[in-house]
Amino acid sequence: MRDGTGDVTTSCQLVTIDLPPGRARWQLAATAARLFVSCDAAIAALIWAAALSVLAAFVWIVGDVVVHGLPHVSWEFLTAAPRNAGRAGGIGPILVSTLLILAVCLAASVPIGLGTAVLLAEFTSSHGWFGRTVRRSLDLLAGVPSIVFGLFGNALFCVTLGLGFSILSGGLTLACMVLPILIRATEAGLRAVPDDYRRAAAALGMSRRATLFHVLLPAAGPGLFVGLVLGVGRALAETAALIFTSGDVDRMPESLMDSGRALSLHIYNLSMTVPGGNDHAYASALVLMALVLAINLIAWSLADRWLRRNIVTV
Amino acid sequence: MLRVCAAVAGAVVLLIVGFLVVESLPALRDVGLGRFFGDPSWHPAAGVRGGRFNLVPMIVGTLLTTAGALAVAAPLGVASALFCRFYAPKFAAGAYRRIVELLAGIPSVVYGFWGLVVLVPLIARLQPPGTSLLAGIAVLSLMILPTTALVADAAIAAVPTEYLRAAAALGLSRRGTIFGVVLPAARAGILTGVLLATARALGETMAVLMVCGNVPQIPHSLFDPVRTLTANIALEMGYAMHTHRAALFVSGLVLMVLVAGLVAAAALLSRRAADA
Repeated sequence: MRDGTGDVTTSCQLVTIDLPPGRARWQLAATAARLFVSCDAAIAALIWAAALSVLAAFVWIVGDVVVHGLPHVSWEFLTAAPRNAGRAGGIGPILVSTLLILAVCLAASVPIGLGTAVLLAEFTSSHGWFGRTVRRSLDLLAGVPSIVFGLFGNALFCVTLGLGFSILSGGLTLACMVLPILIRATEAGLRAVPDDYRRAAAALGMSRRATLFHVLLPAAGPGLFVGLVLGVGRALAETAALIFTSGDVDRMPESLMDSGRALSLHIYNLSMTVPGGNDHAYASALVLMALVLAINLIAWSLADRWLRRNIVTV
Repeated sequence: MLRVCAAVAGAVVLLIVGFLVVESLPALRDVGLGRFFGDPSWHPAAGVRGGRFNLVPMIVGTLLTTAGALAVAAPLGVASALFCRFYAPKFAAGAYRRIVELLAGIPSVVYGFWGLVVLVPLIARLQPPGTSLLAGIAVLSLMILPTTALVADAAIAAVPTEYLRAAAALGLSRRGTIFGVVLPAARAGILTGVLLATARALGETMAVLMVCGNVPQIPHSLFDPVRTLTANIALEMGYAMHTHRAALFVSGLVLMVLVAGLVAAAALLSRRAADA
């Protein structure tokens, strides 16, 4: 034992003697780093390694969920009611609640989002104070953490407006959340409409309203649709904003005032509070992931085709 | 009519901030800001007198997980953007970009679930209990990696082609082009992406809630469990009353202030990038 430690100290001392002391040592390290960076192959190797590790992580996550989830997904799982706290049965009522929350979210956010986007893109100069203020507050809204949306939705919809834990509260909270996404995509769609259309409409003596409804909106329809799909994707994936707004009841909802558990919240509950719930959590995660990925794929293919620009969900 | 729509859309953020402030006022008034930083521990359920309201461990937890995730995700994100633009064969670049976009679409609860079921047992084998700062950093960095990668990719794509042609004409190597031309030119864009990713990491709830262990303490090592501000809200909001509830809104307010600062910084940066 003692000899061992002695050896270590000597070798350490040997190493320190080999290196120049103090600042010179740092300079040596810096030179070594610079030499390494100056080697093209080393950089290429590093970058390939980084890219491959990202790929590996993706395959690991998706593969794990698919392998463990697929055996439990069946028609019965998708339609039956959960039994035994979700360990058995299916996710039927949970899918219904999720869809209802989504419907409320879209019904509230689409008109407001559409109006705002039309105003921002067509009827205000981008340097006016009103447009600038709205745009800036939307940027901030896009960055608000989802749990803060949950706090806000709980305080406003559940308590102040007296809606309680309900699908309505959850949907309205999500509506606030997806507004920036909807508006950005629709605005991009409107801006992609060539100015020639506007001039031609003006030359035909069309009113601004007629131009809007018969020329601009049909032409920007794809943009709106892409925004819609991206917003749905975001809303589907959301969990934290729903815990304290739409609640946690896994029965079949009878009205919008009932509490309903969203699919993402179901996964959270199964994995955190239900021992032995992992199998069905995997299956639910697979269903959720498939839905979200399918929706994102649709949005991207549409965006590529129609807008010829990429709208990225970040 | 349209103005009303826009006014509503613009007012949502004001409403959020307003509600956060109003709901946290009772705690700020009765408990006082000082005790949120000076109290010995976090036991908020016992009311104004008996309760303890120290938010510092949660703030430290949030900052540590975020910083750790950034340290991993920012270099990886820039590297994968460079891979897409300069190193990948043409067919691989497109496919790779699609995969990163898909990674961005995976719901956070799925990341959290995967972390809980796969990563945490792995870490527990190294050192129990497994739910730890390390697990949080790992899951969080995977989550924000697509953000940094996609924004860095866009920033690199925005570098004028003339620069690349000039670099080629000067006979610069691929490495010389990247470090001497592309990265300096795309710096502001990349930094914006990193700031946005930071905001996302600060605000992420479900994934860290599921893998971090949620003990309100200042961690001494990577293997210690931590609790973040977001997890704190999600855990206790269900049963919080009166001062306790208000104290949770204070955590929300702290979070909101952090994120607003980051968004403002990102806006400033991207404006400067547009001017340059």
